[in-house]
Amino acid sequence: MGRKLLIHNDKVPNIHTLEVYRAHGGYASVEKALKTMTPDQVTDEVKKSGLRGRGGAGFPTGMKWSFLAKPEGVPRFLVCNADESEPGTFKDRYLMEKIPHALIEGMITSSYALGANQSYIYIRGEYFYVARILEQAIREAYAAGWLGKNILGTNYSLDLSVQVGGGAYICGEETALLESLEGKRGNPRIKPPFPAVAGLWGCPTVVNNVETIAAVCPIVMMGGEEYAKIGIGKSTGTKLISASGHINKPGVYEIELGVPVEEFIYSEEYCGGIRNGKKLKAVVAGGSSVPILPTELILKTAKGEHRLMTYESLADGGFQTGTMLGSGGFIVMDEDTSIVKNLFTFTRFYHHESCGQCSPCREGTGWMEKILKKFLNGTATEVDVDLLWDVQSKIEGKTICPLGEAAAWPVAAAIRHFKHEFLEIARNKKFVDISHYERLNAIKA
Amino acid sequence: MKVTIDGIEIDVPKGTTILQAARMIGPEVAPPTMCYYSKLKTSGGYCRTCLVKVTKGSAQNPNPMPKPVASCRTEVMEGMEVQNITSPEILEARKGVVEFLLINHPLDCPVCDQAGECKLQDLGYEHGAAKTRYEFKRREYEMIDIGDKIKLHMNRCILCYRCVKTAEQITNGRVHGVVHRGDAAEISTYIEQAIDNDFSGNVIDVCPVGALTDRTFRFKSRVWFTKPVDAHCKCDKCSGKVRLWMKGDDVLRVTARKDQWDEVEEFICNTCRFDRKKVSDWVIEGPSPISRQSVISQNHYNHLNELKVQVLKQQKALGFMDINKRP
Ligand SMILES: Cc1cc2nc3c(=O)[nH]c(=O)nc-3n(C[C@H](O)[C@H](O)[C@H](O)COP(=O)(O)O)c2cc1C
Ligand code: SF4
Ligand code: SF4
Ligand code: SF4
Ligand code: FES
Repeated sequence: MGRKLLIHNDKVPNIHTLEVYRAHGGYASVEKALKTMTPDQVTDEVKKSGLRGRGGAGFPTGMKWSFLAKPEGVPRFLVCNADESEPGTFKDRYLMEKIPHALIEGMITSSYALGANQSYIYIRGEYFYVARILEQAIREAYAAGWLGKNILGTNYSLDLSVQVGGGAYICGEETALLESLEGKRGNPRIKPPFPAVAGLWGCPTVVNNVETIAAVCPIVMMGGEEYAKIGIGKSTGTKLISASGHINKPGVYEIELGVPVEEFIYSEEYCGGIRNGKKLKAVVAGGSSVPILPTELILKTAKGEHRLMTYESLADGGFQTGTMLGSGGFIVMDEDTSIVKNLFTFTRFYHHESCGQCSPCREGTGWMEKILKKFLNGTATEVDVDLLWDVQSKIEGKTICPLGEAAAWPVAAAIRHFKHEFLEIARNKKFVDISHYERLNAIKA
Repeated sequence: MKVTIDGIEIDVPKGTTILQAARMIGPEVAPPTMCYYSKLKTSGGYCRTCLVKVTKGSAQNPNPMPKPVASCRTEVMEGMEVQNITSPEILEARKGVVEFLLINHPLDCPVCDQAGECKLQDLGYEHGAAKTRYEFKRREYEMIDIGDKIKLHMNRCILCYRCVKTAEQITNGRVHGVVHRGDAAEISTYIEQAIDNDFSGNVIDVCPVGALTDRTFRFKSRVWFTKPVDAHCKCDKCSGKVRLWMKGDDVLRVTARKDQWDEVEEFICNTCRFDRKKVSDWVIEGPSPISRQSVISQNHYNHLNELKVQVLKQQKALGFMDINKRP
């Protein structure tokens, strides 16, 4: 059994209440930080822990915190990114729903480290019931003196609010999130300046993922060095993985970084193997935007080493033969899965979610969806595979925000590793069953 | 600061963007721009036609930048080296951007008032492919009248945000510019509310394509059959310095004067633009120079400055900071 630091108490009855959470050691990191540590000492522990952002990019959290500009007389903000909209990712929801105080505790400790007196949790609109859970927990925390003026009798004060978004994937991109939080249209900003210098209302701001912030509590409690001992190399600590697809036990798992991919898929502790005794075909390891890998490349690297659940191992081989840990949205596909149809679903999503600010993403995502549609209705030709490849290459790296890449990468990877499936459909003018899309459209209309 | 663009070195002040530096060298190395507008704050970054490759970040950090950057929104660094037309990769990327801009564009140039002075026509001509690879139905919208003077032909819009920034910065008090998202995004008709503003007509001049056109000129003549002359009048709202588009003795259209980069020199008021259509309204200076470069003069701009101050005040009141300025 791997160690668990974030959701070890998820089955405890009423752990969502302050009373039970506290009885299980909750809010200890706030006590320790506020009473015995300076803000810089907290930041130092986070640096030592090697914690990397759990929102997708994996940027070292301690470093991000130390970049925060601290001009005199200007407020600073901590904003928690709870927009979790990447298809295949649902770990933040699990954490917030089951143990809301873990996030609130992390927000207090982290806000103290950053010197923020007002912090926000920006949550996607579809999670409205989770927002209610958080709001209830925040009320409890205020009543018990964990939030508000002079927390624990110190001179540190913090207000925490929940802001519900309108349900747009793009508002998970940190600068679009800040625009939305300011009450404006959720368009990503052109960087620089970065949020660390000019973020929310032009003030220095740190944006962190839910899981990143929750991980600060165990780091403060056990010390950064202890935390860094878990995991392998630069992939330290534990990580929540949202496991979905054709597996026996879909769900959210906390793993110690470094678990072999094969063990994660097949062991009873985690996914429990492929359902109905089928064979594994492919895995999207880090949320819908990361490159898909076929069985042979997800279980072993091109060099023949076992692939591990770490940032480095999953990325081994670059995009030619590797992928990314991303947000930890682990989507497993069995031998009966149509890669083309799956790609259509992803592409349709990115097309729908593009904000439309920059030409390559605005126009290119829709074009890719239309080309893919031809593969589904049996009108595609071999030329369309090359066209699709070319269109994705004209989007990638040429856009304002990484949504362009998020749309291009899955297309590139599907063609790279499964080109034969595209060609087979094009040559045989095969139809792919899309009846469920039609049903979906009928419902919408 | 010394920066090298396509092998040509130039010394520019701190805070200059790659695009501005390239323009200082000359039109040969200046990347094409569809959304940047030097007179509009926070413009640029959207269309991606001005992408360049930074092969050396700076003298201090010589690493190349991993992705192409929008030259209009990237400031130069000491010792930076940039490739524009000398990079095959950039030319290929630009071709891609032009194709993206055109796949949903109607290309109805024969009936478009912008033909002849359209930036998209120029761009397509210089960087586009001869044949489209797009086989699907193009996006279509209804035409919209924005008041009785301006026509919005959304089919032709490339979402460069210039009109949005103009309405925000030159006319006062407009918040929303775009509704919907992705390829369903539209310039919003809330723009109608800006029509009673004295400077709203400037959105026509900043529009690089035929999406916003002057209804008082619509279909009167092809641009190339009219003769541009520079003229001025005494105007209490703007500088009164305009360009008249004449056919014989008739003034068919009044616009602001544009510089070498096709940007207006000074924004003009709606009275000059829409209501002064008689030769006797104007003091004719002579034929317009083909291209000219100048900056907005400060004279005669009290009204405009006032508006800008108001916008700034508003932003301050809301607690916004100029995102162009770093603290
Ligand atoms: C299109 C797009 C969507 C994103 N969605 C999310 C999201 O839902 N949740 C999240 O934590 N980060 C998301 N990110 C990443 C954020 O921009 C940002 O990097 C992250 O919140 C930083 O937190 P971290 O350092 O703790 O990972 C998204 C990025 C992009 C480009
Ligand atoms: S890449 Fe897409 S989502 Fe991002 S700014 Fe451009 S259009 Fe918007
Ligand atoms: S906007 Fe330009 S390219 Fe488009 S129809 Fe008019 S003239 Fe032609
Ligand atoms: S209407 Fe014209 S100026 Fe406005 S966004 Fe469209 S193309 Fe740009
Ligand atoms: S001119 Fe630079 S992105 Fe449009």
